[in-house]
Amino acid sequence: MTTLTIGNRLDDKDAAEQSKYNRYNGITSGHRACQGCGEALAARCVVDVAHRVTGGNIAVVNATGCLEVFSCVYPENSWRIPWLHSLFGNAAAVATGVASAFVISGKKDMRVIAQGGDGSTSDIGLGCLSGMFDRNDDVLYVCYDNQAYMNTGVQRSSATPILARTATTLPVRGYMGNAAGTGKNVPQIAMAHEIPYVATASICNIRDLEEKISKAILLKGSRYVHVHVPCPLGWGYPPSETVRIARMAVECGLFPLFEAENGVVVGSTPIDNPKPVEEYLRAQRRFAHLFGKNAPPEIIETIQQIASRNLEKYRLSGEFSHE
Amino acid sequence: MLHQLEGSQAIAKAVALCRPGMVCAYPITPQTHIVEHLGELIHAEELWNCDYVNVESEMAAISVTIGSQAAGVRSYTATSSQGLLYMQEGVYNASGLELPMVMTLGNRAIGSPINIWNDHSDAMSVRDAGWIMLFPETNQEAADLHIQAFKIAETLQCPVMVCVDGFVLTHAYERVDIPSPEMVDDFLPHYEPRFCLDAANPLAIGTMVPPEYFMEVRYLAHKKQLGALKIIEQVGKDFYKKFDRHSGGLIRTYKTEEAKTIIVAMGSVLGTIKDTVDELNAQGEKYGVVSVVSYRPFPAEALRAALAHAQHVVVVEKALAVGTGGILFQELELPLKNIVRKISSIIAGLGGRAITKSMLKYALKQDEREIFLGLDQNVVAEKIQLVKSCCCK
Ligand SMILES: Cc1ncc(C[n+]2csc(CCOP(=O)(O)OP(=O)(O)O)c2C)c(N)n1
Ligand code: SF4
Ligand SMILES: [Mg+2]
Repeated sequence: MTTLTIGNRLDDKDAAEQSKYNRYNGITSGHRACQGCGEALAARCVVDVAHRVTGGNIAVVNATGCLEVFSCVYPENSWRIPWLHSLFGNAAAVATGVASAFVISGKKDMRVIAQGGDGSTSDIGLGCLSGMFDRNDDVLYVCYDNQAYMNTGVQRSSATPILARTATTLPVRGYMGNAAGTGKNVPQIAMAHEIPYVATASICNIRDLEEKISKAILLKGSRYVHVHVPCPLGWGYPPSETVRIARMAVECGLFPLFEAENGVVVGSTPIDNPKPVEEYLRAQRRFAHLFGKNAPPEIIETIQQIASRNLEKYRLSGEFSHE
Repeated sequence: MLHQLEGSQAIAKAVALCRPGMVCAYPITPQTHIVEHLGELIHAEELWNCDYVNVESEMAAISVTIGSQAAGVRSYTATSSQGLLYMQEGVYNASGLELPMVMTLGNRAIGSPINIWNDHSDAMSVRDAGWIMLFPETNQEAADLHIQAFKIAETLQCPVMVCVDGFVLTHAYERVDIPSPEMVDDFLPHYEPRFCLDAANPLAIGTMVPPEYFMEVRYLAHKKQLGALKIIEQVGKDFYKKFDRHSGGLIRTYKTEEAKTIIVAMGSVLGTIKDTVDELNAQGEKYGVVSVVSYRPFPAEALRAALAHAQHVVVVEKALAVGTGGILFQELELPLKNIVRKISSIIAGLGGRAITKSMLKYALKQDEREIFLGLDQNVVAEKIQLVKSCCCK
């Protein structure tokens, strides 16, 4: 891995798109996201780097959710790219239509991004997403995973981690929050369709996120990138901590960073010294009840096991990993 | 050229002549033959530069169509019944986004109980969704109305649904005149989107609209529908000029000049009704018929003018608003208030129940405000008895 010093930032080639003075700024400031919103940060990275790589030939289809609501309340609008919002559960299918139309109307350079939150992706929109994967439609789908339905006030989705507190999994005596043994893993579901490219990314590693998007946006067929985006409001931590929280999730193994091609994992980002999950959990109020006096002591271990399994499954200790 | 065709094939051929760039297919009876035939035409490259997408649900069908239309390509899909309900969120979305797509609705009952046969319940479930809704009477008109539908949609920037009676039209073989591609090209020019997703001209489509602007959005949609009345009429006239055939328009009248009683209906049942009226008039009665071709926008003014001299208006319809009664009937009551003395309602053909001339003749003789045509009172009584005897144990 290259060591980045301040000096390297002046080298345009190695610099992150977000660090460039002339980044496109596809989502302008002034939108209504909460301070420290991980989703806003990630979407900006995705759009700017995709805009750069395609020479501005992108269109975005957005599902309903925080990102859509905070970016465009008429007559204001933050998007500086062609952008379409239809419904909550149909972004993948709408994007299929858009991609097809670009081919039919001879705009062959146009690349299409569909994007949505974890709720629209893993729950209500999963049918449309699977259909898009099935047909290998030429769309890059980006899921911004803040692990709950944030826009409606932090309810559980199938991407909510076990034992987390949400508005619909409020811990009470005898109930510790979102039940263990539940949830689905959309990157794995995407891989099962054997689409050309699947990756996970995190806003704690913008360079890695940008690299994956740069690669994915130019590939043909269905591509899926799942981005971990902490939400200060829903998770209960100060807005200034978003990037640090994201990094803790990666460093303990709870959110593994990997890439897969045609259904097979081809690389992952190694973790040198995996941290215990406890540190990550303690930093967020949605897990506070796990450390109360009524909490069974072995409960943290349940979550630790998930992280440890990930370390093994994605070989985060090194053999696999790319540079 | 004249062809002996199944209704679905005639519709598919008419749609293909309109050169869409997107046809989205999902199976549901009785619409299925239409998209099957279009698939054949596209895969055989008789219709070229058109994508054919086999989707996984009606929600995807309408959504793919929304996407391609928003990106500037003439787009088409078809559905029926449960499929229309399944995509209903997208139906409202398409009109809200002002996307001029065309959809065929192969009219079919809605379950439960599941029933694949024809009535108009499906269409009625989206009557307030902001689409133009046209009801052809014959397969010829079904084909013609699809050609007109694209023209109306694109002139107005509003989606159009052509509501074709399932089986009665979609599966019936009739002689249909399919016009030449040159004539259709001349009638329906190459599609130039008024707005679309375009990198050179970035546009945000489908933003959230707060209370300060929402009333205006809805008011404008209402205005647009009312303005559509003129355009639908004009497109019908232009069609006549070009193809020398009366199809479309807002309403059509049959023997209404001297009629004392006028029957109002939509769709294929009009054939049976006209035959009935002919027979009755031959015996000295004075019946007339008004066909509602454009159900949305609702041609209240035209209907008032056509019905004003009647002593009695009878609305025959294949739909029922459970708890209130006939839907078209209720919509006519207000415009005809203080103009026509007597209006009555015949609910007929639900779930594909046959509508015969003798049933109609019998019903027309009854002096009742609401009749369920051919209702078997024995079955009803039995069912009521059954419920009484087995509930609340
Ligand atoms: C069909 C439908 N059901 C429910 C909603 C309400 N709704 C809007 S946004 C949202 C939550 C979005 O959650 P997610 O996709 O995770 O995005 P986030 O807001 O968390 O970024 C919900 C439930 C809707 N708009 N449409
Ligand atoms: S609730 Fe969370 S995801 Fe939504 S805008 Fe606020 S920080 Fe972002
Ligand atoms: Mg979410």
